[in-house]
Amino acid sequence: MLYREAGDFKTSYQADLATFPIRAERLAFWALMAFAFLVMPFFVNDYWEQAILLPFIVYALAALGLNILTGYCGQVSLGTGAFMAVGAYAAYKLMTSFPGLDMISITLLSGLITAGVGLIFGLPSLRIKGFYLAVATLAAQFFLIWMFNKWGWFYNYSATGQISAPTRTLFGMNITGPRTEPWFTYLFALSFLTVFCWVARNLVRGRLGRSWMAIRDMDIAADIIGVNPMMAKLTAFAVSSFYIGMAGALYFTIWKGAAEGTEAFGILISFFVLFMIIIGGLGSILGSLIGAAFFALLPVFFKNVLVEGFGWPTDIAQHTQTTLIGVLIIFFLIVEPHGIAALWRTAKEKLRLWPFPY
Amino acid sequence: MRLSRLAIAAVAACAVVAPAHADLVFPMLSYRTGPYAPNGIPFADGQNDYLTLINERDGGIGGERIRVVECETAYNTDKGVECYESVKAEGALTIQPLSTGITYQVIPKATADGIPVHSMGYGRTSAANGRVFPWVFNFPGTYWDAASIIVKHILEEEGGSLEGKKIALVYHNSAYGKEPIRTLEELAKKHGYELMLLPVDHPGQEQKATWLQVRKEQPDYVLHWGWGVQNQVGVQEAANIRYPMDHFIGVWWAATEQDVLPAGKGAHGYKAIAFHGVGKDYPIYDELQQYVYDAGLAAGAGDNPGTVLYNRGMVASMWAVEAARKAQEIHGVTNITAEMMRDGYEALEVDEERLTELGLPGFTVPVKVTCANHGGPGLGAIQQWDAESQSWSIITDYMEADREVVDALIAEDSAAYAQENNITPRECPEG
Repeated sequence: MLYREAGDFKTSYQADLATFPIRAERLAFWALMAFAFLVMPFFVNDYWEQAILLPFIVYALAALGLNILTGYCGQVSLGTGAFMAVGAYAAYKLMTSFPGLDMISITLLSGLITAGVGLIFGLPSLRIKGFYLAVATLAAQFFLIWMFNKWGWFYNYSATGQISAPTRTLFGMNITGPRTEPWFTYLFALSFLTVFCWVARNLVRGRLGRSWMAIRDMDIAADIIGVNPMMAKLTAFAVSSFYIGMAGALYFTIWKGAAEGTEAFGILISFFVLFMIIIGGLGSILGSLIGAAFFALLPVFFKNVLVEGFGWPTDIAQHTQTTLIGVLIIFFLIVEPHGIAALWRTAKEKLRLWPFPY
Repeated sequence: MRLSRLAIAAVAACAVVAPAHADLVFPMLSYRTGPYAPNGIPFADGQNDYLTLINERDGGIGGERIRVVECETAYNTDKGVECYESVKAEGALTIQPLSTGITYQVIPKATADGIPVHSMGYGRTSAANGRVFPWVFNFPGTYWDAASIIVKHILEEEGGSLEGKKIALVYHNSAYGKEPIRTLEELAKKHGYELMLLPVDHPGQEQKATWLQVRKEQPDYVLHWGWGVQNQVGVQEAANIRYPMDHFIGVWWAATEQDVLPAGKGAHGYKAIAFHGVGKDYPIYDELQQYVYDAGLAAGAGDNPGTVLYNRGMVASMWAVEAARKAQEIHGVTNITAEMMRDGYEALEVDEERLTELGLPGFTVPVKVTCANHGGPGLGAIQQWDAESQSWSIITDYMEADREVVDALIAEDSAAYAQENNITPRECPEG
């Protein structure tokens, strides 16, 4: 119905392997990109930036990172919150120690530092898997947060243990601190998400991604056919932590501007991001984005509809919203256990074959 | 695709947001859900009922009706930031974040956006320095005042010397709970007591290990810097190990009825610092009865009047209303802006006489805010819980904090903040 593919031929392998092989989808994608980069910046205000767009981008990046590890490589991790904290504290230490460093480098370096930490905590995955690995990463979660709270060096000995991002500029405009333009921070974060979605897409369909998926599907068989399990698992941990670290850095510098380790990066965040990829779709980049949108945007959406639209009391709206989200999670898991991305995939198949789907 | 559809729906939802009215917008960042709801609900009810009274009895402030915009934060910083942005779009005159974490988040934003923040007895202590924090007010007292007053009370109890004594601090392991540590350390140097730090992680339901330590180390006094369910558990655990309750002293946020009631008789004698009265024994309650409760306009379930936090919510609104009144007086217009509201806060003076006029005689400490001093008088009294009659009673006079220690710390911390954020402290007339 939506898809009219007559005349849409592929004449090369390259065209056949494209991320968006159908022309209509390709055009829709570029239209969406043009909208996000060229139109949205003119309409974002503080509310949209702080409550809707930045949360979505930050969580999408974190979900993408966890999806690489859990969805593509099959290693369950409950340490996402802690790795985000590593990114945030790394960004804080870099910003305060090297005031001359620009925010792009700081975000990337924070990601790299987190990748190193993730590599260390990925070592147990070589010996244990499944639930036991989840428990080992849980240890990372508690240990790292405890460490950031315990040692004053990490928060520059501030009285309350809060870290706050000093003001920095990029291209002559404020990028952190209170006096930022919403469109600028939005574009900054969106650029990171776009570039690293593209990187992730190309990683997972390349040699590295295939070795991750081989390990996920059956590690012994993968080992026998020549995939090095150590390399595959450790690279998955490193790349995943890199993404999550960048998400943590953006969370702290661009979005919040201040954070407190125990509250902002607790175990709840780890579960939150894990639920995102389960609802969105394990082993799918689109799934990470959908999952992040589901958890970051729906509560705000319901709040606006119930409180401002219907004029409900805030507490009843809050309880209703929690219930509704719970119901939706159950609904989507029953309708499609492989996540909303898989639901979309099925729907697309049917739409392409319309009016005679089977 | 789904995403874009969601975005369209979100646009539609946000388009529903009501257009700006010409009312005075008083936002309430409340928490009626989550682990801190037992504390958040009475506070929000008190805050709301006072504003309703002003609307119903006086027709608003200077003829302008008050529009209350409530936003649920669940004591969560993410939601708090969302609430801040949403009430800002409504034209908020003042922000009362009701959470130290959210206050820290909001201070730089509100300063940039030009909205006064009143963190009444919580938030960043050094914001008491109005030279560095022109937009932030934390009168009538700060955590450092509270810590110092409690130590002063202990000093009196011990006959003037704390040499060789051991004081433990059981605190919420967050920005809020960590606030008093610095002052207590300074005071430890001055008075020669030993300070023992016992953090309790959010939400504080599990404190067995903490109280085992208290039992082992036997501190002479325990200070309680908790919030939400942590308070109830802390009081219960103290009762369980038979810690002498009159040596267990809470900050004003760890001093409500529901904190001590679950421990029953065991909580008898628990002390806490207070800056306002409790109970319904004030003339204003007759008017609340007439205009609010009987008219069926009471906020929430209407079962909180007279409780500690209800009265505290009321006093928070009272100061906000008085500040708005002052702002109208200074600028000669009734429909004030957030900037005018700030001037109103800064010129705020609510003495005993004014309190009596408002139907709140002897209810709270007199407040006089100045350009340099946003922290108010820093007075506090000690109240004690009587488990027999199930009531709090104030057992001391209002005492002053150790200004020498506290002021030096405020100056030091605010100077550090000013330097970090490139703020040049402004000049104040009183020098």
